[in-house]
Amino acid sequence: MTYVTHADLGGRKDLGAVVPERDEPLFHAPWEARALALTLAMGATGSWTIDQSRAAREQQSGYLGMSYYEIWIGGLERLMADRGLVTSADLAAGKAVDPPQPVARVLTAQNVPAVLARGGPTEREASGPARFAVGDRVKTSTTAIPRGHTRLPRYAQGKTGTITHCHGVHVFADANATLAGEAPEWLYTVRFAGTELFGAEADPATSVSVDAWESYLSPA
Amino acid sequence: MHDDHDHDHDHHEHHHDHGHGHHHGHDHDHDHSELSPMDARVRALETILVEKGYVDPAALDVLIETYETKVGPHNGARVVAKSWVDPAYRARLLKDATAAVAELGYMGRQGEHLVAVANTPDTHNMVVCTLCSCYPWPVLGLPPVWYKSAPYRAKAVRDPRGVLADFGVTLPAAKAIKVWDSTAEVRYLVIPERPAGTEGMSEDALAALVTRDAMIGTGIARATETAA
Repeated sequence: MTYVTHADLGGRKDLGAVVPERDEPLFHAPWEARALALTLAMGATGSWTIDQSRAAREQQSGYLGMSYYEIWIGGLERLMADRGLVTSADLAAGKAVDPPQPVARVLTAQNVPAVLARGGPTEREASGPARFAVGDRVKTSTTAIPRGHTRLPRYAQGKTGTITHCHGVHVFADANATLAGEAPEWLYTVRFAGTELFGAEADPATSVSVDAWESYLSPA
Repeated sequence: MHDDHDHDHDHHEHHHDHGHGHHHGHDHDHDHSELSPMDARVRALETILVEKGYVDPAALDVLIETYETKVGPHNGARVVAKSWVDPAYRARLLKDATAAVAELGYMGRQGEHLVAVANTPDTHNMVVCTLCSCYPWPVLGLPPVWYKSAPYRAKAVRDPRGVLADFGVTLPAAKAIKVWDSTAEVRYLVIPERPAGTEGMSEDALAALVTRDAMIGTGIARATETAA
């Protein structure tokens, strides 16, 4: 099936004005707090990677009409259904009908502080030298990841910029969103002039930086 | 409490207009005796996950309490205030923000790899995640709705000066704006400029001037009227 993301929004002009909210509450309804906690607790079971969870969220066709915690819950249901952790019979009944599947870990209350403090670092040992150095001019791919989850936004594809940081070797999101595993790569920050990305209408005093894995880049 | 009225619809079937940047129910005051569809859906899901033994309800409570009471923009404000009064700390922060932030006890999930970017008289920084909602949790807590909204994610990279205008902030036209799109696991914290007229203020008093929006880059730190 063709992979379609509904989350690649950078640079779109049809999405309306930004509306800041005065005195915004942390949660707008009690279910949002539970949605946050369920998402974090199920993530801690080790049943999927963070990149698989982003892929599950961004493929929901109703994405643009959903609040962010709705996106999370929809993604969570999809991740669990794909793995048989929760079945359509469970969801239809609103309670556990089918037997549970094994999970690697269950997050206990006592372990929450340590698990949050540890997080999920993505830096890995380098197995080879970096291809690029700070100051190098590079061009981003338009074809590196034709099918599937990617973290190279459309607005920054096929564009020329300058490397400003090298962050070491990190888990490659595009691979880690599939069953291909971590496939770590060198990760860089690439800065683009606003006009390179958006043409003459861009403010010439603006730039946009993205974090880009090495396989997104070629020498320019 | 409830979320906005969009949730009265089946959102899998329903395509809304794209101008929704306002998922807030504070202008309504419904009777809460009936569960909203999302309330019911999430409650049922929690029931299933607990019954299957995947989640511990007590852990859910601790997770929520952590982000309600412990982790929030007050953490980042302490980092910024310290960087304003302690040049050696500022240097460490700009060199290795993960380590410098950990000196104050802040670390972990969604802040495993931090970079601090400092505003200067010539340059303003703004952070976005155009692909989802990446945000430096250990220093800023959970992101606000507008940060996760489609309009912000779309506009911040194309027209950051226009975004600042949406927040009521006007910068000199010659001031460069650097936008940071959080496309990997690096998380960005903006170090705003220290406001004029704050000489001699304590670190605690300075931290009170550092707003969340100033650390995202959609605002600037301002001196209080009494301090100015």
